[in-house]
Amino acid sequence: MDTALLEEQFEARIAADDRIEPRDFMPEAYRKTLIRQISQHAHSEIVGMLPEGNWITRAPSLRRKVALLAKVQDEAGHGLYLYSACETLGIDRSELLDQLHSGKAKYSSIFNYPTLTWADMGAVGWLVDGAAIMNQVPLCRCSYGPYARAMVRVCKEESFHQRQGFELLLTLSRGTEAQKAMAQDAINRWWWPALMMFGPTDENSPNTARSMRWKIKRFTNDELRQKMVDVCAEQVKALGMTLPDPDIKWNEERGHYDFGAINWDEFYNVIKGNGPCNKERLDARNKAHDEGAWVREAAAAYAAKQAAREAQSAEAA
Amino acid sequence: MADITRNEALLQYCLHRGDSNLILGQRISAWCGHGPVLEQDIALTNVALDLVGQARSYYQHAAELEGKGRTEDDFAYLRNENEYLNPLLCELENGDWGKTIMRQFLYDAYHLVLLQSLRSSTDEHLAAIATKSLKEVSYHRRYSSEWVIRLGDGTPESHRRMQVALDDTWRYTGELLTSAPVDENAFAFQLAPKPESLAKEYLGFVEGVLAKAQLTIPEIAPTAMQQGGKKGTHTERMGYLLAEMQHLQRVHPGATW
Repeated sequence: MDTALLEEQFEARIAADDRIEPRDFMPEAYRKTLIRQISQHAHSEIVGMLPEGNWITRAPSLRRKVALLAKVQDEAGHGLYLYSACETLGIDRSELLDQLHSGKAKYSSIFNYPTLTWADMGAVGWLVDGAAIMNQVPLCRCSYGPYARAMVRVCKEESFHQRQGFELLLTLSRGTEAQKAMAQDAINRWWWPALMMFGPTDENSPNTARSMRWKIKRFTNDELRQKMVDVCAEQVKALGMTLPDPDIKWNEERGHYDFGAINWDEFYNVIKGNGPCNKERLDARNKAHDEGAWVREAAAAYAAKQAAREAQSAEAA
Repeated sequence: MADITRNEALLQYCLHRGDSNLILGQRISAWCGHGPVLEQDIALTNVALDLVGQARSYYQHAAELEGKGRTEDDFAYLRNENEYLNPLLCELENGDWGKTIMRQFLYDAYHLVLLQSLRSSTDEHLAAIATKSLKEVSYHRRYSSEWVIRLGDGTPESHRRMQVALDDTWRYTGELLTSAPVDENAFAFQLAPKPESLAKEYLGFVEGVLAKAQLTIPEIAPTAMQQGGKKGTHTERMGYLLAEMQHLQRVHPGATW
Protein backbone atom coordinates (compact mmCIF):
# COMPACT_ATOMS: atom_id res chain seq x y z
CA MET A 1 0.00 0.00 0.00
CA ASP A 2 1.39 3.43 -0.74
CA THR A 3 2.17 5.92 1.97
CA ALA A 4 -0.35 8.49 0.82
CA LEU A 5 -3.16 6.00 1.24
CA LEU A 6 -1.88 4.89 4.63
CA GLU A 7 -1.68 8.46 5.79
CA GLU A 8 -5.17 9.10 4.60
CA GLN A 9 -6.41 6.11 6.57
CA PHE A 10 -4.44 7.26 9.60
CA GLU A 11 -6.04 10.70 9.47
CA ALA A 12 -9.45 9.08 9.15
CA ARG A 13 -8.84 6.97 12.23
CA ILE A 14 -7.75 10.05 14.17
CA ALA A 15 -10.87 11.87 13.04
CA ALA A 16 -13.00 8.94 14.20
CA ASP A 17 -11.32 9.07 17.66
CA ASP A 18 -9.69 5.66 17.18
CA ARG A 19 -6.72 4.79 19.35
CA ILE A 20 -3.42 4.34 17.52
CA GLU A 21 -1.45 1.33 18.79
CA PRO A 22 2.29 0.57 18.47
CA ARG A 23 1.97 -1.81 15.50
CA ASP A 24 -0.32 0.49 13.55
CA PHE A 25 0.90 2.67 10.75
CA MET A 26 1.72 6.21 11.83
CA PRO A 27 3.34 9.11 9.98
CA GLU A 28 6.96 9.68 10.92
CA ALA A 29 6.19 13.17 12.22
CA TYR A 30 3.50 11.75 14.55
CA ARG A 31 5.99 9.22 15.91
CA LYS A 32 8.66 11.87 16.40
CA THR A 33 6.28 14.27 18.09
CA LEU A 34 5.20 11.56 20.50
CA ILE A 35 8.74 10.43 21.25
CA ARG A 36 9.68 14.00 22.04
CA GLN A 37 6.65 14.65 24.20
CA ILE A 38 6.58 11.33 26.09
CA SER A 39 10.32 11.32 26.74
CA GLN A 40 10.26 14.92 27.94
CA HIS A 41 7.47 13.89 30.24
CA ALA A 42 9.41 10.87 31.51
CA HIS A 43 12.54 12.99 32.05
CA SER A 44 10.45 15.53 33.96
CA GLU A 45 9.30 12.82 36.34
CA ILE A 46 12.85 11.68 36.99
CA VAL A 47 14.39 15.13 37.34
CA GLY A 48 11.32 16.10 39.37
CA MET A 49 12.37 13.59 42.02
CA LEU A 50 15.33 15.81 42.90
CA PRO A 51 13.75 19.01 44.25
CA GLU A 52 11.37 17.03 46.45
CA GLY A 53 13.94 14.41 47.35
CA ASN A 54 15.86 17.34 48.80
CA TRP A 55 13.47 17.34 51.80
CA ILE A 56 12.98 13.62 52.48
CA THR A 57 15.65 13.42 55.18
CA ARG A 58 14.35 16.63 56.80
CA ALA A 59 10.60 16.01 56.74
CA PRO A 60 9.31 17.34 60.07
CA SER A 61 7.11 14.39 61.09
CA LEU A 62 7.20 10.67 60.42
CA ARG A 63 3.82 10.84 58.70
CA ARG A 64 5.13 13.53 56.34
CA LYS A 65 8.36 11.63 55.76
CA VAL A 66 6.51 8.51 54.67
CA ALA A 67 4.15 10.52 52.46
CA LEU A 68 7.01 12.38 50.76
CA LEU A 69 9.04 9.21 50.21
CA ALA A 70 6.00 7.53 48.69
CA LYS A 71 5.36 10.55 46.50
CA VAL A 72 8.88 10.74 45.12
CA GLN A 73 8.77 6.99 44.58
CA ASP A 74 5.53 7.42 42.60
CA GLU A 75 7.38 9.83 40.34
CA ALA A 76 10.01 7.18 39.68
CA GLY A 77 7.15 4.82 38.83
CA HIS A 78 5.65 7.37 36.44
CA GLY A 79 9.04 7.75 34.78
CA LEU A 80 9.17 4.01 34.37
CA TYR A 81 5.80 3.65 32.63
CA LEU A 82 6.43 6.68 30.48
CA TYR A 83 9.79 5.33 29.31
CA SER A 84 8.01 2.05 28.56
CA ALA A 85 5.30 3.88 26.60
CA CYS A 86 8.04 5.68 24.69
CA GLU A 87 9.84 2.43 23.93
CA THR A 88 6.74 1.20 22.09
CA LEU A 89 7.62 3.85 19.49
CA GLY A 90 10.88 2.10 18.72
CA ILE A 91 13.48 3.85 20.88
CA ASP A 92 15.47 2.46 23.82
CA ARG A 93 15.38 3.80 27.35
CA SER A 94 19.19 3.97 27.32
CA GLU A 95 19.13 6.22 24.28
CA LEU A 96 16.53 8.45 25.90
CA LEU A 97 18.63 8.64 29.06
CA ASP A 98 21.70 9.56 27.04
CA GLN A 99 19.72 12.44 25.55
CA LEU A 100 18.79 13.60 29.04
CA HIS A 101 22.30 13.28 30.44
CA SER A 102 23.94 15.07 27.53
CA GLY A 103 21.54 17.98 27.94
CA LYS A 104 20.04 17.39 24.49
CA ALA A 105 16.58 16.43 25.76
CA LYS A 106 14.38 18.86 27.60
CA TYR A 107 12.37 18.39 30.77
CA SER A 108 9.88 20.64 32.50
CA SER A 109 11.61 23.92 33.34
CA ILE A 110 9.87 24.06 36.73
CA PHE A 111 12.33 21.57 38.20
CA ASN A 112 15.16 24.03 37.69
CA TYR A 113 13.89 26.04 40.64
CA PRO A 114 15.15 25.28 44.15
CA THR A 115 13.10 23.91 47.07
CA LEU A 116 14.22 26.21 49.86
CA THR A 117 11.89 25.49 52.74
CA TRP A 118 9.55 22.74 53.90
CA ALA A 119 6.61 24.81 52.63
CA ASP A 120 7.93 24.24 49.13
CA MET A 121 6.76 20.63 49.48
CA GLY A 122 3.25 22.03 49.82
CA ALA A 123 3.56 24.60 47.06
CA VAL A 124 5.07 22.08 44.66
CA GLY A 125 2.23 19.66 45.38
CA TRP A 126 -0.50 22.25 45.08
CA LEU A 127 0.80 24.32 42.16
CA VAL A 128 3.24 22.14 40.23
CA ASP A 129 1.27 18.91 40.51
CA GLY A 130 -1.87 21.02 40.02
CA ALA A 131 -0.55 22.38 36.73
CA ALA A 132 0.67 18.93 35.73
CA ILE A 133 -2.82 17.52 36.26
CA MET A 134 -4.39 20.26 34.13
CA ASN A 135 -1.94 19.33 31.38
CA GLN A 136 -2.26 15.61 31.82
CA VAL A 137 -5.95 14.87 32.33
CA PRO A 138 -6.67 15.60 28.65
CA LEU A 139 -3.77 13.29 27.73
CA CYS A 140 -5.77 10.35 29.09
CA ARG A 141 -7.73 10.77 25.84
CA CYS A 142 -4.60 11.14 23.70
CA SER A 143 -4.82 9.36 20.33
CA TYR A 144 -1.78 7.16 21.10
CA GLY A 145 -2.95 4.18 23.17
CA PRO A 146 0.10 3.41 25.35
CA TYR A 147 0.52 7.07 26.31
CA ALA A 148 -3.16 7.51 27.10
CA ARG A 149 -3.19 4.39 29.29
CA ALA A 150 -0.03 5.42 31.15
CA MET A 151 -1.61 8.82 31.80
CA VAL A 152 -4.72 7.33 33.41
CA ARG A 153 -2.56 5.83 36.13
CA VAL A 154 -0.30 8.87 36.43
CA CYS A 155 -3.25 11.23 36.82
CA LYS A 156 -4.79 9.23 39.64
CA GLU A 157 -1.59 9.45 41.63
CA GLU A 158 -0.95 13.09 40.74
CA SER A 159 -4.32 14.18 42.02
CA PHE A 160 -3.56 12.47 45.30
CA HIS A 161 -0.22 14.34 45.45
CA GLN A 162 -1.93 17.60 44.70
CA ARG A 163 -4.42 17.19 47.55
CA GLN A 164 -1.56 16.20 49.83
CA GLY A 165 0.33 19.39 48.90
CA PHE A 166 -2.69 21.56 49.52
CA GLU A 167 -3.29 19.89 52.89
CA LEU A 168 0.35 20.49 53.82
CA LEU A 169 -0.04 24.21 53.06
CA LEU A 170 -3.34 24.31 54.91
CA THR A 171 -1.62 22.91 58.01
CA LEU A 172 1.08 25.58 57.75
CA SER A 173 -1.53 28.29 57.18
CA ARG A 174 -3.10 27.36 60.53
CA GLY A 175 0.24 27.18 62.29
CA THR A 176 2.67 29.63 63.84
CA GLU A 177 3.54 33.01 62.31
CA ALA A 178 6.80 31.55 61.04
CA GLN A 179 4.93 28.70 59.36
CA LYS A 180 2.45 31.08 57.73
CA ALA A 181 5.27 33.24 56.42
CA MET A 182 7.01 30.14 55.10
CA ALA A 183 3.85 29.09 53.23
CA GLN A 184 3.27 32.53 51.69
CA ASP A 185 6.91 32.77 50.61
CA ALA A 186 6.69 29.38 48.91
CA ILE A 187 3.52 30.36 47.04
CA ASN A 188 5.20 33.59 45.96
CA ARG A 189 8.18 31.75 44.52
CA TRP A 190 6.29 28.91 42.80
CA TRP A 191 3.28 30.74 41.36
CA TRP A 192 4.81 32.24 38.22
CA PRO A 193 7.01 29.28 37.33
CA ALA A 194 3.92 27.06 37.71
CA LEU A 195 2.02 29.20 35.19
CA MET A 196 4.96 28.90 32.81
CA MET A 197 4.60 25.11 32.94
CA PHE A 198 1.85 25.34 30.32
CA GLY A 199 4.43 26.48 27.81
CA PRO A 200 4.63 29.55 25.57
CA THR A 201 1.55 31.52 24.57
CA ASP A 202 -0.53 30.02 21.77
CA GLU A 203 0.87 32.48 19.24
CA ASN A 204 4.40 31.35 20.12
CA SER A 205 3.63 27.63 20.17
CA PRO A 206 4.13 26.45 16.60
CA ASN A 207 3.42 22.76 17.23
CA THR A 208 0.11 23.19 19.03
CA ALA A 209 -2.17 23.20 15.99
CA ARG A 210 -0.77 19.98 14.57
CA SER A 211 -0.76 18.23 17.93
CA MET A 212 -4.37 19.21 18.40
CA ARG A 213 -5.30 17.95 14.96
CA TRP A 214 -3.66 14.63 15.82
CA LYS A 215 -5.47 14.59 19.15
CA ILE A 216 -2.25 14.35 21.08
CA LYS A 217 -3.20 17.64 22.67
CA ARG A 218 -6.79 18.59 23.43
CA PHE A 219 -6.47 22.16 24.73
CA THR A 220 -4.09 25.00 23.93
CA ASN A 221 -1.46 26.24 26.38
CA ASP A 222 -3.36 29.44 27.08
CA GLU A 223 -6.66 27.64 27.65
CA LEU A 224 -5.06 25.40 30.24
CA ARG A 225 -3.20 28.28 31.89
CA GLN A 226 -6.47 30.20 32.26
CA LYS A 227 -8.08 27.18 33.87
CA MET A 228 -5.20 26.97 36.34
CA VAL A 229 -5.55 30.64 37.30
CA ASP A 230 -9.31 30.27 37.75
CA VAL A 231 -8.95 27.29 40.05
CA CYS A 232 -6.05 28.62 42.13
CA ALA A 233 -7.52 32.10 42.59
CA GLU A 234 -10.37 30.40 44.44
CA GLN A 235 -8.33 27.80 46.32
CA VAL A 236 -5.84 30.32 47.68
CA LYS A 237 -8.69 31.90 49.64
CA ALA A 238 -9.16 28.69 51.61
CA LEU A 239 -5.52 28.97 52.62
CA GLY A 240 -5.93 32.56 53.74
CA MET A 241 -2.96 33.38 51.51
CA THR A 242 -2.52 35.45 48.37
CA LEU A 243 -1.15 34.90 44.89
CA PRO A 244 1.78 37.22 44.04
CA ASP A 245 -0.06 39.00 41.23
CA PRO A 246 -1.77 42.36 41.91
CA ASP A 247 -3.62 42.09 38.58
CA ILE A 248 -5.63 39.00 39.45
CA LYS A 249 -9.25 40.05 39.23
CA TRP A 250 -12.51 38.35 38.35
CA ASN A 251 -13.74 39.40 34.93
CA GLU A 252 -17.51 39.05 34.84
CA GLU A 253 -17.70 39.46 31.10
CA ARG A 254 -15.15 36.76 30.28
CA GLY A 255 -16.25 34.51 33.10
CA HIS A 256 -12.58 34.12 34.03
CA TYR A 257 -9.96 35.68 36.23
CA ASP A 258 -7.72 38.23 34.51
CA PHE A 259 -4.08 37.98 35.48
CA GLY A 260 -0.82 39.84 35.05
CA ALA A 261 1.88 39.48 32.42
CA ILE A 262 4.18 36.50 32.56
CA ASN A 263 7.90 37.18 32.46
CA TRP A 264 8.68 35.22 29.31
CA ASP A 265 12.32 36.33 29.36
CA GLU A 266 12.71 34.34 32.56
CA PHE A 267 10.98 31.33 30.99
CA TYR A 268 13.24 31.28 27.92
CA ASN A 269 16.31 31.90 30.04
CA VAL A 270 15.55 28.84 32.18
CA ILE A 271 14.79 26.75 29.06
CA LYS A 272 18.17 27.77 27.68
CA GLY A 273 19.83 26.27 30.74
CA ASN A 274 20.36 29.39 32.82
CA GLY A 275 17.85 28.75 35.61
CA PRO A 276 18.92 28.58 39.25
CA CYS A 277 19.27 24.77 39.31
CA ASN A 278 19.68 23.61 35.70
CA LYS A 279 23.28 22.67 36.30
CA GLU A 280 22.67 21.01 39.67
CA ARG A 281 19.80 18.90 38.34
CA LEU A 282 21.72 17.66 35.34
CA ASP A 283 24.83 17.08 37.40
CA ALA A 284 22.84 15.07 39.95
CA ARG A 285 21.31 12.89 37.22
CA ASN A 286 24.70 12.33 35.61
CA LYS A 287 26.33 11.55 38.94
CA ALA A 288 23.68 8.94 39.82
CA HIS A 289 24.00 7.40 36.36
CA ASP A 290 27.80 7.38 36.29
CA GLU A 291 28.20 6.12 39.84
CA GLY A 292 25.63 3.41 39.10
CA ALA A 293 27.49 2.15 36.03
CA TRP A 294 29.45 -0.51 37.94
CA VAL A 295 26.21 -1.80 39.47
CA ARG A 296 24.48 -2.12 36.09
CA GLU A 297 27.57 -3.74 34.58
CA ALA A 298 27.81 -6.20 37.46
CA ALA A 299 24.13 -7.12 37.17
CA ALA A 300 24.55 -7.76 33.44
CA ALA A 301 27.74 -9.79 33.98
CA TYR A 302 26.07 -11.87 36.68
CA ALA A 303 23.02 -12.52 34.52
CA ALA A 304 25.28 -13.66 31.67
CA LYS A 305 27.22 -15.97 34.01
CA GLN A 306 23.99 -17.45 35.34
CA ALA A 307 22.70 -18.07 31.83
CA ALA A 308 25.98 -19.77 30.90
CA ARG A 309 25.85 -21.94 34.04
CA GLU A 310 22.29 -22.95 33.28
CA ALA A 311 23.16 -23.82 29.70
CA GLN A 312 26.11 -25.86 30.93
CA SER A 313 24.07 -27.80 33.45
CA ALA A 314 21.35 -28.42 30.84
CA GLU A 315 24.03 -29.80 28.52
CA ALA A 316 25.42 -32.03 31.24
CA ALA A 317 21.95 -33.42 31.91
CA MET B 1 15.52 -10.21 88.01
CA ALA B 2 16.00 -6.89 86.33
CA ASP B 3 15.71 -3.90 88.60
CA ILE B 4 13.20 -2.20 86.33
CA THR B 5 9.53 -2.92 85.76
CA ARG B 6 8.17 -4.92 82.87
CA ASN B 7 6.59 -1.80 81.46
CA GLU B 8 9.91 0.07 81.51
CA ALA B 9 11.72 -2.85 79.92
CA LEU B 10 9.11 -3.05 77.17
CA LEU B 11 9.17 0.68 76.55
CA GLN B 12 12.96 0.67 76.20
CA TYR B 13 12.82 -2.32 73.90
CA CYS B 14 10.22 -0.67 71.65
CA LEU B 15 12.44 2.42 71.40
CA HIS B 16 15.39 0.20 70.51
CA ARG B 17 13.40 -1.47 67.73
CA GLY B 18 11.91 1.82 66.52
CA ASP B 19 15.30 3.54 66.52
CA SER B 20 17.00 0.74 64.61
CA ASN B 21 14.44 0.87 61.83
CA LEU B 22 14.11 4.63 61.72
CA ILE B 23 17.84 5.32 61.57
CA LEU B 24 18.46 2.78 58.83
CA GLY B 25 15.33 3.97 57.00
CA GLN B 26 16.59 7.55 57.25
CA ARG B 27 19.92 6.51 55.78
CA ILE B 28 18.54 4.63 52.80
CA SER B 29 15.86 7.22 52.10
CA ALA B 30 18.71 9.50 51.01
CA TRP B 31 19.11 7.24 47.94
CA CYS B 32 15.65 8.14 46.67
CA GLY B 33 16.19 9.83 43.30
CA HIS B 34 19.87 8.88 43.16
CA GLY B 35 19.84 5.09 42.64
CA PRO B 36 21.93 3.33 39.99
CA VAL B 37 18.86 2.44 37.92
CA LEU B 38 15.20 3.41 38.20
CA GLU B 39 13.91 -0.02 39.24
CA GLN B 40 16.39 -0.24 42.11
CA ASP B 41 15.65 3.30 43.19
CA ILE B 42 12.03 2.23 43.59
CA ALA B 43 12.92 -1.04 45.32
CA LEU B 44 15.22 0.50 47.91
CA THR B 45 12.68 3.25 48.59
CA ASN B 46 10.17 0.49 49.34
CA VAL B 47 12.51 -0.84 51.99
CA ALA B 48 12.88 2.66 53.48
CA LEU B 49 9.10 3.04 53.54
CA ASP B 50 8.67 -0.28 55.32
CA LEU B 51 11.34 0.51 57.90
CA VAL B 52 9.99 3.95 58.76
CA GLY B 53 6.48 2.50 58.87
CA GLN B 54 7.59 -0.18 61.32
CA ALA B 55 9.42 2.41 63.43
CA ARG B 56 6.14 4.30 63.74
CA SER B 57 4.39 1.19 65.07
CA TYR B 58 7.05 0.70 67.74
CA TYR B 59 7.02 4.38 68.75
CA GLN B 60 3.23 4.44 68.92
CA HIS B 61 3.31 1.43 71.21
CA ALA B 62 6.03 3.10 73.29
CA ALA B 63 3.92 6.24 73.59
CA GLU B 64 1.00 4.22 74.94
CA LEU B 65 3.20 2.36 77.37
CA GLU B 66 4.70 5.56 78.68
CA GLY B 67 1.33 7.27 78.99
CA LYS B 68 2.76 10.77 79.33
CA GLY B 69 1.28 12.20 76.15
CA ARG B 70 4.43 11.88 74.07
CA THR B 71 3.87 10.93 70.42
CA GLU B 72 5.82 9.00 67.80
CA ASP B 73 7.28 12.30 66.61
CA ASP B 74 8.47 13.25 70.09
CA PHE B 75 10.47 10.04 70.18
CA ALA B 76 11.86 10.53 66.68
CA TYR B 77 12.53 14.25 66.74
CA LEU B 78 13.09 15.36 70.29
CA ARG B 79 15.46 12.84 71.78
CA ASN B 80 19.20 13.35 71.80
CA GLU B 81 21.85 11.11 70.42
CA ASN B 82 22.56 9.33 73.71
CA GLU B 83 18.88 8.40 74.05
CA TYR B 84 18.88 6.57 70.73
CA LEU B 85 19.26 2.81 71.14
CA ASN B 86 19.95 1.56 67.60
CA PRO B 87 22.99 -0.62 66.92
CA LEU B 88 25.85 1.23 65.25
CA LEU B 89 25.39 -0.72 62.02
CA CYS B 90 22.17 1.18 61.26
CA GLU B 91 23.78 4.61 61.38
CA LEU B 92 26.83 3.89 59.19
CA GLU B 93 27.06 6.18 56.20
CA ASN B 94 25.68 5.03 52.85
CA GLY B 95 28.96 4.97 50.95
CA ASP B 96 28.50 3.57 47.45
CA TRP B 97 25.57 1.36 46.43
CA GLY B 98 27.61 -1.70 47.39
CA LYS B 99 28.20 -0.54 50.94
CA THR B 100 24.55 0.38 51.30
CA ILE B 101 23.51 -3.08 50.10
CA MET B 102 26.03 -4.82 52.36
CA ARG B 103 24.89 -2.88 55.44
CA GLN B 104 21.29 -3.65 54.49
CA PHE B 105 21.99 -7.35 54.05
CA LEU B 106 23.76 -7.66 57.40
CA TYR B 107 20.85 -5.92 59.10
CA ASP B 108 18.04 -7.69 57.21
CA ALA B 109 19.46 -11.11 58.04
CA TYR B 110 19.43 -10.23 61.75
CA HIS B 111 16.08 -8.43 61.54
CA LEU B 112 14.38 -11.50 60.08
CA VAL B 113 15.54 -14.02 62.68
CA LEU B 114 14.76 -11.52 65.43
CA LEU B 115 11.19 -10.99 64.19
CA GLN B 116 10.61 -14.73 63.94
CA SER B 117 11.42 -14.96 67.61
CA LEU B 118 9.55 -11.78 68.60
CA ARG B 119 6.34 -13.34 67.33
CA SER B 120 6.25 -15.27 70.62
CA SER B 121 6.89 -12.23 72.83
CA THR B 122 4.77 -12.16 75.96
CA ASP B 123 3.69 -8.70 74.88
CA GLU B 124 0.91 -9.29 72.38
CA HIS B 125 1.28 -5.92 70.76
CA LEU B 126 5.00 -6.41 70.15
CA ALA B 127 4.28 -9.89 68.80
CA ALA B 128 1.67 -8.42 66.46
CA ILE B 129 4.09 -5.81 65.10
CA ALA B 130 6.65 -8.58 64.54
CA THR B 131 4.17 -10.76 62.70
CA LYS B 132 3.12 -7.91 60.47
CA SER B 133 6.72 -6.81 59.79
CA LEU B 134 7.93 -10.29 59.02
CA LYS B 135 6.41 -10.37 55.56
CA GLU B 136 8.09 -7.09 54.63
CA VAL B 137 11.43 -8.09 56.10
CA SER B 138 11.41 -11.45 54.29
CA TYR B 139 11.31 -9.41 51.11
CA HIS B 140 14.08 -7.09 52.35
CA ARG B 141 16.35 -10.02 53.09
CA ARG B 142 15.65 -11.67 49.74
CA TYR B 143 16.33 -8.40 47.93
CA SER B 144 19.61 -7.57 49.67
CA SER B 145 20.84 -11.20 49.54
CA GLU B 146 20.26 -11.32 45.80
CA TRP B 147 22.15 -8.09 45.30
CA VAL B 148 25.05 -9.17 47.51
CA ILE B 149 25.40 -12.30 45.36
CA ARG B 150 24.94 -10.45 42.09
CA LEU B 151 27.53 -7.81 42.94
CA GLY B 152 29.94 -10.17 44.70
CA ASP B 153 29.90 -12.53 41.72
CA GLY B 154 29.48 -9.85 39.01
CA THR B 155 32.55 -8.12 37.58
CA PRO B 156 36.04 -7.88 39.15
CA GLU B 157 35.24 -4.26 40.02
CA SER B 158 31.95 -5.09 41.74
CA HIS B 159 33.61 -7.97 43.57
CA ARG B 160 36.34 -5.65 44.82
CA ARG B 161 33.84 -3.07 46.01
CA MET B 162 31.73 -5.65 47.82
CA GLN B 163 34.75 -7.11 49.58
CA VAL B 164 35.70 -3.62 50.75
CA ALA B 165 32.11 -3.09 51.90
CA LEU B 166 32.17 -6.33 53.87
CA ASP B 167 35.60 -5.56 55.38
CA ASP B 168 34.36 -2.14 56.50
CA THR B 169 31.02 -3.29 57.84
CA TRP B 170 31.65 -6.66 59.41
CA ARG B 171 32.97 -5.24 62.67
CA TYR B 172 29.50 -3.83 63.39
CA THR B 173 27.75 -7.21 63.32
CA GLY B 174 28.97 -8.31 66.75
CA GLU B 175 26.75 -5.77 68.45
CA LEU B 176 23.67 -7.30 66.85
CA LEU B 177 24.42 -10.62 68.53
CA THR B 178 25.57 -9.33 71.93
CA SER B 179 23.16 -8.51 74.76
CA ALA B 180 23.04 -4.92 75.93
CA PRO B 181 20.97 -3.91 78.98
CA VAL B 182 17.97 -3.20 76.74
CA ASP B 183 18.07 -6.82 75.52
CA GLU B 184 18.73 -8.29 78.96
CA ASN B 185 15.82 -6.44 80.51
CA ALA B 186 13.46 -7.48 77.71
CA PHE B 187 14.67 -11.06 77.98
CA ALA B 188 14.10 -11.09 81.75
CA PHE B 189 10.38 -10.50 81.12
CA GLN B 190 10.26 -12.85 78.11
CA LEU B 191 9.54 -9.92 75.86
CA ALA B 192 12.37 -10.64 73.44
CA PRO B 193 15.04 -13.27 72.81
CA LYS B 194 18.64 -12.99 73.91
CA PRO B 195 20.52 -11.87 70.78
CA GLU B 196 23.15 -14.54 71.42
CA SER B 197 20.48 -17.17 70.86
CA LEU B 198 20.03 -15.91 67.28
CA ALA B 199 23.72 -16.06 66.41
CA LYS B 200 23.81 -19.55 64.96
CA GLU B 201 20.93 -19.02 62.58
CA TYR B 202 22.12 -15.53 61.64
CA LEU B 203 25.68 -16.56 60.92
CA GLY B 204 24.55 -19.67 59.06
CA PHE B 205 22.46 -17.62 56.69
CA VAL B 206 24.99 -14.81 56.27
CA GLU B 207 27.90 -17.17 55.62
CA GLY B 208 25.84 -19.05 53.05
CA VAL B 209 25.05 -15.91 51.05
CA LEU B 210 28.58 -14.50 51.32
CA ALA B 211 30.00 -17.82 50.09
CA LYS B 212 27.70 -17.70 47.08
CA ALA B 213 28.85 -14.14 46.51
CA GLN B 214 32.45 -15.35 46.68
CA LEU B 215 33.20 -12.90 49.46
CA THR B 216 35.44 -13.60 52.44
CA ILE B 217 34.50 -12.65 55.97
CA PRO B 218 37.44 -10.70 57.41
CA GLU B 219 39.25 -12.26 60.31
CA ILE B 220 39.05 -9.84 63.17
CA ALA B 221 39.55 -10.20 66.89
CA PRO B 222 36.31 -10.38 68.89
CA THR B 223 37.42 -7.19 70.64
CA ALA B 224 37.51 -5.41 67.28
CA MET B 225 33.73 -5.75 67.11
CA GLN B 226 32.33 -2.26 67.70
CA GLN B 227 29.60 -1.84 70.29
CA GLY B 228 27.76 0.94 72.02
CA GLY B 229 24.74 2.08 70.00
CA LYS B 230 22.29 -0.04 71.96
CA LYS B 231 23.51 1.73 75.13
CA GLY B 232 23.34 5.19 73.57
CA THR B 233 27.02 5.57 72.68
CA HIS B 234 27.15 6.23 68.95
CA THR B 235 29.56 6.92 66.09
CA GLU B 236 30.62 10.46 65.25
CA ARG B 237 28.23 10.54 62.29
CA MET B 238 25.09 10.04 64.40
CA GLY B 239 24.97 13.66 65.55
CA TYR B 240 24.91 14.86 61.94
CA LEU B 241 22.17 12.42 61.05
CA LEU B 242 19.96 13.68 63.88
CA ALA B 243 20.81 17.32 63.22
CA GLU B 244 19.50 16.92 59.69
CA MET B 245 16.49 14.81 60.57
CA GLN B 246 15.38 16.87 63.59
CA HIS B 247 16.20 20.32 62.22
CA LEU B 248 12.66 21.65 61.65
CA GLN B 249 11.23 20.29 64.89
CA ARG B 250 14.10 21.83 66.84
CA VAL B 251 13.88 25.23 65.12
CA HIS B 252 10.10 25.51 65.54
CA PRO B 253 9.36 24.04 68.98
CA GLY B 254 5.75 23.04 69.48
CA ALA B 255 4.69 23.64 65.87
CA THR B 256 2.30 21.24 64.10
CA TRP B 257 3.33 19.96 60.69
